[in-house]
Amino acid sequence: MCLGVPGKVVEINGSMATVDFWGVRRQVCLDIVDEPVAVGDYILNHVGFAIRRIPSESIGETLAYYETLLAEGDESDPMAADVLGEIEATTA
Amino acid sequence: MNELQFRNPELARALAHQLETLMKEIGREVSVMHVCGSHEQAIAKFGLRSLFPKKLNVIMGPGCPVCVTDVPEVDEGVLLAEQPNVEIATYGDMLKVPGTVRSLADAQAAGAKIHIVYGPSQAVEIARKSDKEIVFFATGFETTAVATAAILIAGPPDNFSILSAHKYIPPVMEIVAEMPDTRIEGFLAAGHAAAITGYGVFEEFVERHAQPVVVAGFEPLDILAGLVELVKLVRDGERKVVNTFPRCVSREGNLAAQEQLWRVFRPCGGRWRGIAHVPNGNLRLRDEFAKWDARKRFTIDLRSLWDFAPPQLANQCICGDIMAGIRNPVDCRLFNKECLPETPVGACMVSNEGTCKIWHLYGGIPDLSEVAS
Repeated sequence: MCLGVPGKVVEINGSMATVDFWGVRRQVCLDIVDEPVAVGDYILNHVGFAIRRIPSESIGETLAYYETLLAEGDESDPMAADVLGEIEATTA
Repeated sequence: MNELQFRNPELARALAHQLETLMKEIGREVSVMHVCGSHEQAIAKFGLRSLFPKKLNVIMGPGCPVCVTDVPEVDEGVLLAEQPNVEIATYGDMLKVPGTVRSLADAQAAGAKIHIVYGPSQAVEIARKSDKEIVFFATGFETTAVATAAILIAGPPDNFSILSAHKYIPPVMEIVAEMPDTRIEGFLAAGHAAAITGYGVFEEFVERHAQPVVVAGFEPLDILAGLVELVKLVRDGERKVVNTFPRCVSREGNLAAQEQLWRVFRPCGGRWRGIAHVPNGNLRLRDEFAKWDARKRFTIDLRSLWDFAPPQLANQCICGDIMAGIRNPVDCRLFNKECLPETPVGACMVSNEGTCKIWHLYGGIPDLSEVAS
């Protein structure tokens, strides 16, 4: 439950953002994010809330790690299940 | 070593070598503790224990929120679920956690309505569409508690309430550090929890205790780099906080999240399953949010369960010692025998973040020395 999942902000509507997670678009709440977020930024989503804006210099390596976790694990793998659950935690 | 999994295998080998050198300099056994299920998952999944020097014990402490949810807290959830007109929403891992007599899964089998959710916003959505009382049984550490805080500040519907079993990590590190037979010489703190609290939260801890604290990320290389730093501090007898995850964690942390966390919750003492009474270790709703506090809204009569003796097997469970770093899952006579993920005796076998479940899935300490060389 500590991993969170990174996604790209594609639209902002008040305190909610539409965030793209590898093609899946979901609503993430911006109420507790650490820095102001703009369209195009990447955020780390945890249980449906952006808990931080990912600095641009670490977006690449962050995405690569999660892609490894998702590519190698299915739902029986706890880390992949955690990441998939984090995407589920957002609202449609 | 799986070349794909370490994006930089050479760096991984260099870090492992540094750990080896440091441990040779120390020349004795050293035990350190991490407090995060995601750290244990990464250590197990990527076979990191096979890279650790033999005399370095990296132990998972009370870092699984489901596992430390105390029996009476589960009982509260079960008794609420059994009340007419009440439905529970909670994280899937909570269903099989044993209560005094029944788990939430037992209550569900007997007809109670339990909604599995991945986050608090989903629980609020369910409440908006329902004419029942929806109680969100909220578990998790500070990273998850901030989300619960945010939905209360946003003003959920009147038929929504919270049964808070949220817990706060820094105080339990003090408890483990102060256990008379502790062998823990340093802590690896979880990166995303520290992203909320800031690493400054550990500065008071190292003033009061002999153990240094290193904040580390979740990738295999992050964990190895964090351990190198931690073992270095142990070698030099330095009590300090080092942040090896600066791309995510600052000294002051996420101030907006902290403000909401402490506006909604107050820390109070309470038991962590199998560990101890932890002063300030539980997060409970402040009076200002009493309207949404399930403990205030409903009568929960735990005494109705007091006549039941705990099941025989549960008495043999050593989850507490495992989370305190005194013993390993393989030291438990129930591990992988009577206690399995399908039929868990102790909470550490229930959750994907529990030490026993992770060791069950990945086989504990794999001997990958040949592949790693």
